[in-house]
Amino acid sequence: MAVDVRLPAARRRVNEALGAERSWHLVSPGDTITTDTGFMRGHGTYMEEDKLLASVAGVVERVNKLICVRALKTRYNGEVGDIVVGRITEVQQRRWKVDTLSRLDSVLLLSSVNLPGGELRRRSAEDELAMRGYLQEGDLISAEVQAVYSDGALSLHTRSLKYGKLGQGVLVQVSPSLIKRRKTHFHNLPCGASIILGNNGYIWLYPTPEQMEEEAGGFITNLEPIPLSDREVISRLRNCILALSSQKMLLYDTSILYCYEASLPYQIKDLLKMEIIEDIVLETRHRLVEQEG
Amino acid sequence: MAGLELLSDQGYRVDGRKAGELRKIQARMGVFAQADGSAYMEQGNTKALAVVYGPHEIRGSRAKTLHDRAVVNCQYSMATFSTGERKRRPHGDRTSTEMTLHLKQTFEAAILTQLYPRSQIDIYVQILQADGGNYCTCVNAATLAVIDAGIPMRDYVCASSSGFIEDTPLADLSYVEESAGGPYLSLALLPKSEQIALLEMNSRLHEDHLERVMDAASKACKDVYAVLEQVVRDHLQEVSALVGDRGAA
Repeated sequence: MAVDVRLPAARRRVNEALGAERSWHLVSPGDTITTDTGFMRGHGTYMEEDKLLASVAGVVERVNKLICVRALKTRYNGEVGDIVVGRITEVQQRRWKVDTLSRLDSVLLLSSVNLPGGELRRRSAEDELAMRGYLQEGDLISAEVQAVYSDGALSLHTRSLKYGKLGQGVLVQVSPSLIKRRKTHFHNLPCGASIILGNNGYIWLYPTPEQMEEEAGGFITNLEPIPLSDREVISRLRNCILALSSQKMLLYDTSILYCYEASLPYQIKDLLKMEIIEDIVLETRHRLVEQEG
Repeated sequence: MAGLELLSDQGYRVDGRKAGELRKIQARMGVFAQADGSAYMEQGNTKALAVVYGPHEIRGSRAKTLHDRAVVNCQYSMATFSTGERKRRPHGDRTSTEMTLHLKQTFEAAILTQLYPRSQIDIYVQILQADGGNYCTCVNAATLAVIDAGIPMRDYVCASSSGFIEDTPLADLSYVEESAGGPYLSLALLPKSEQIALLEMNSRLHEDHLERVMDAASKACKDVYAVLEQVVRDHLQEVSALVGDRGAA
C-alpha cells in the first residue's frame, strides 16, 4: 500500500503589500476610538468617561454618527429573513430547540411548521404528542428566521415547501461571515448536486432531487442509496468549499462552481493538500475578477 | 540550595536576565479551526494553549443560567508531560481547581458578560510545558483566545509575576526562582485603565517592600501588553488583507 508522507510546511505570511494599499482603521479592545461625544455607540464599542472605546479587535466602521467595530470572527448574528441550516437539540412543549451556531439556541414553534396535510390544518393535541415523530433530536433542518428576540435568540419557521427536514447529504461548517448574502440560498448546481448555503455558516450538500416531494410537509426523507457518481460530486464540492473557506473567499454559487471546475484536473483527496488548495483558489479568484470585468 | 545564586553581584539573574526583564514572548492566534477562538503562547519555556467556545447555550444543568449576563466557565489543566516529574492527573487536583477559579474571576472582570444574557462562554487552557508563571501565561493566552473569538472585553488582561530577592524586585519569575521559596506575587492587570483583575501573593513580605514589588509586576504587565497588542495587530492586518474590502456583506 502506498502511503503519502508529507512534512509540515512553514506558514506563509500574507504579502504585506496586499494590505498596504488600503488603510484600515484597526483597533483592539481598550483602544480609544474617539473622545468626541457627538457619536453614537454601535456594536463592539462601549463608553467610559466620555470616551468611545473598542471592545473587540477589528475594523472601525462609521455610518454617519454611528460607530461600530466589526470583529473578524464572531458567532452568527441572525437577521429576519435569513436562511439557516440547523440541528434539533431538544423537543419541548410545542417547540423544538435548534442549534444554529448562534449565541443561543433558536426555537422552532410547532405553529410555524407545515404539518402533513396542507397549509390550513388545525394543530391538535395529537400533533403536540407526535412532535418527536416529525423532528427528533439530531435531525437537520433548513429554515428561515422569522423573528429575533430581545436576548438575541432566533425564532425560525419552515412554512414553505423549500424548508424542512434534510435527508441524505453532507454538512460543512464555515465561518458565517464567509457566506455572501444573495437573493436565493438554494441552488441546483449544474455539476449534479444541490446546495443550501445557510447564512449561519452551515452548508448542506445533497444530490439534486428528481421530482419535488408531494404533500408530506417535508418530513419524509428518501433513504435510497445514492449512486457513486453523485457522492463523488458531493465530496468534491465539500473539499472545494473547505478550500475556499481556508483562503477566506466569499461563498456563493458562482465562486463554488468556478472552484469546482478548477478542481476537476485533480483527484478529490488531493484537494485537501495546501499547495493544490492555493492553486485552485487562485484560479477561481482570477475567473471571478475576469467575470466582474 | 546553598550554591545557587539567584541574583549575581552584577545584577544578573540565573538565566541571564536583568531584574526587570521579561522572558521572550511568542504568541499566535487562531491555531484551531474548530474552536471559536484559540491562541498559543510561549513565555520563555512556559508554554500554554488556550481555547474559547461561545457564547453558546448553557450546557449541562439549566440552574447555572444567569438572566442578566453570561456564565464564564474555565478549565485549567496541565499536560501530563508538562513538568519534570510526570503528572498523574492533568486537571481536577487542588492547585488546578484553584487556578480555574482564579481564571474565572479574572475573565468575569474583563469580558462584557452583560451583553450575552443566558449564554455561556467556555475558556479552556492547558499548560504544555511548565517553567514558572503558569497562571500568568494562561491569562495572557486566554486573552488572545477571547479576542480571537470576537468576544467583547473591557480591555486586554495582562498578567505577570514578580518576586523579591536580595532586596530587589524581580519581574516574571522562572521555575527556579519561584521554587527558591521567596515571596511570589502574581498580578492580572487591565493595562489601559490600570485596574487590577486579580492579585495574589504567597509567603511573607514586609509591608514596606510591597509597593516596589507591585510596581515591578505592573511594569511587567504593561510590557506584556505591548507584545500582545503587536500580536493582535499583526493578526488583524493579515486577516483583513485576505478578506479584502467586504463591507458588511
